[in-house]
Order: sequence, then structure tokens, then C-alpha cells
Amino acid sequence: MKKGYPLFVLLAVVLFSVAPIMVARAPYEATMGLVQKIFYYHVPSAMVMFLSAFICGIASAVYLFKARPEADRIAAAAAELTVVFGLIVLVTGPLWARKAWGVWWQWDARLTSTLLMWMIFVAYLLVRRFGGPGAEKLGAAMAVFGMANVPFVYVSVNIWRTIHPTTRVVPTLSPGMRGPFWFCVIAFMLLFGLLLAVRARLEQRRADVEHLYLIAGEE
Amino acid sequence: MFLKVAWLVMRKDLTVEVRSREIVYTTVFFAVACVLVFAFALVKEGRPLEDAAAGIMWISVAFAGTLALGRTFERERHSETLRALMLAPVSRPAIYVGKLLGIVLLLLIVEAVLVPLVGLLFHAPIWNRPLLLIALLVSGTVGFSAVGTLFAAMLVRARSRDVMLPILLYPITIPVIIAGVRGTAALFEPVPAVDLAQMWLALLAFFDVVFVTLSLWTFEPLMTE
Repeated sequence: MKKGYPLFVLLAVVLFSVAPIMVARAPYEATMGLVQKIFYYHVPSAMVMFLSAFICGIASAVYLFKARPEADRIAAAAAELTVVFGLIVLVTGPLWARKAWGVWWQWDARLTSTLLMWMIFVAYLLVRRFGGPGAEKLGAAMAVFGMANVPFVYVSVNIWRTIHPTTRVVPTLSPGMRGPFWFCVIAFMLLFGLLLAVRARLEQRRADVEHLYLIAGEE
Repeated sequence: MFLKVAWLVMRKDLTVEVRSREIVYTTVFFAVACVLVFAFALVKEGRPLEDAAAGIMWISVAFAGTLALGRTFERERHSETLRALMLAPVSRPAIYVGKLLGIVLLLLIVEAVLVPLVGLLFHAPIWNRPLLLIALLVSGTVGFSAVGTLFAAMLVRARSRDVMLPILLYPITIPVIIAGVRGTAALFEPVPAVDLAQMWLALLAFFDVVFVTLSLWTFEPLMTE
């Protein structure tokens, strides 16, 4: 993995520099026009956010039941990335909504559940940061409960009228849009994988340093 | 054995509470104060806004519940009684169930004062379907307390636990609040929407089952130091 870093970083740089050109060349959407181009960043970010949240939940469960410190590091890295990509989703969403629906925010099922999930992971980071000793376990419990909570949030807010386009929209994209869209998805996934690996490694190094301090203290 | 331990833990909590009545008095008063605060925001020209009664009721229960949870475990922190409980040679989930029952009972007492008061002040027809309303309240309280008891128990050792409890608890219990508020609002309609309320009740029951199971499952690893 270590040797692969420069290669993957280079690849990510190339992908993200080509992406705007691809997006610019994609056909205009009939009703929304230029604004629809947010889609190429909004949807991949949302995909990455959900993937990251899922990874965090699974890693937290592993940490809680098997007490593996590596799992906790991955969970912490994934939680931070969930918040970062969630922020991208929550910023690009209202920008698009203002043009498409005429309002910045709509209390719709998808929006509400995304916001809530994002808040659960912000709470995770807060508890890890300010929870004091043993905060890793608190955080892990929060992530496990948060993951179990997602279907409930979704069902309970779904009773309200949903105006957000569903994921079924993706296969019906016109061919001209499909290419740039999947290109962006791959770019975002690659970026996510890189950040996750780097962040988990940083956490690993931090634990190593602490361990060394302990040994030095004992001698 | 399991039920006996749970019963003993609950009885211990209630005995302590009956002798001081500290949590019941303060929580009831806090809930009433919440109702008043919301009344100023949600009553317009002498009339409450639509569905305001249901919302005020559940928000007050959630706020008062957070307070009660914090206080109950603060009590356990004094002279390390929670550690003593954990050292007892009994199954940990039984201790959790005992604490949970204590909290639920306490909150039901608070609700017994709060709900008639809300009915009175906001002209809410609480006698429309009393059994269904009670079922909604009980299942909502169980769901809220199931998550709350677990989080409050694990926060006992944490710094800044007073701030952390609501931060962790509210995002997770949002489905309880939504289901409780919408279900109760459906019952408070001039013609109660019974099937809608029943649907929300089913969601609450499902939430209770999932989160009580999850709490029983995670209580042991979480409380191990």
C-alpha cells in the first residue's frame, strides 16, 4: 500500500482535473440547464458519504465486540470523512434546490434523513474529541446505534411527501450524462479510499508514538 | 434470576427515589416549565397552532427525560455505586433492564401529570382514544429510555457528560419523537385518524424491540473497563 500512494495520488489528481472538462462537455438538462451540473458532484459525494458511514458502523461494531484497535482507527477515519463528504452534500444540495424547487431547504425524507445521519457522525466526532478517557467506546456505540437508526429515520420521515429524485434516476440518465457521472463517481471513490488510508495510518502512527512514550517513561 | 436482578435494581432505584422524591419533583416541574415556554412560542391569539399540543407534549417528555437520566446516573456516580453494581456477580444486561424499568416508571409518572395538563391548556382531546394514547406514550417512553439508559450509563465515567448526553441521545431518538408526535397528533384530530396512529405505534414498537436488543447486546462490552 505504501508504495502505491504516489501512484494513486497522481491518478486522483488526473481524475479531478479531467472531471470539470467532462462535466462541462456533458449535455444540458432540458428544464434545469446549467444548475443541473451540480449533480456530478452532489450525487458522488452522497454515495461516498453513505459508504463511509457504513464502513464506520461496521468498523465500530468490530471494535466494540472484538476490541481490535485497528478497527477503531478505521472507524475514526471513516467518521471524519462522512462528515466532510456530508458537508459537500449538504452545501451543494441547497444550492441546487434553490434553483430547482425555489427554496433552499425542503423538509423531505431524503434531506431530513441525510441531515440526521450527518448529525449522528458529528456527534460521534464530538464525543471522541471531548468525551475524555474511554471516548472511543462511546463513539463506537454511537456509530453502531446510528447505523441501526438509519432505516427508522428513513421510514419515519418518508411519510412526508418526497420530492427529491430517487436513485432510480441514475439508470435513466441520457448517455451523454452517464459517462461524466460515473467518471465523477470513480474519482470521488478513489479520493475517499486514499483519504481513508492516509487518515487511518496517521491514527496508527499516533498510537505508535504514544506507545513509545509509555515505554520511554517506564525506563 | 435475570428478572429477579432486574426487579431488585429497579426496587433499589425506586426506594432511593421515594425517600428523597428529588427526581420526580424536579423533573415534573421542569416538564411543566417546558410546556409554558413552548406555549409562548406556539399560541397565537389565544389559540394553539395546529398539532402544537402533541409536539409540546413530546418535546417536554424528551427534555425532562434527559434531565431524569442525567440525575439518576449522577446519583450512581456518588460513592461509585455504579461500579459496585457492576462488580456484583450478576448478568450485566439484567442491571441494564433494572435501570431501564426505573427510568420508564419515573417518566410515566411525569407523563401522568404532563399529559392532562397539556390537554387542559391546549384544548387537546386526550380522551379521544385513551388506550391508544397510553400505548403511544408507553412505547415512546420505552424507546427513548432504552437508548438513554445505555448512553447515560456509559457516560458516567466521561468528562462533560451533561453536554454529551443530549448530543448523543437526540439524533438517535429522532424517530421516537417523529412517531410520537405524528401519532399523537393523529389522535388529537377532531375525527381521530386511528389507523395512522396505529401505524406510528407499530413503528415505535419495532424501534423498541431493535434498540432494547441492541442495548442488551452492547451493554456488556461498553461497561467493561
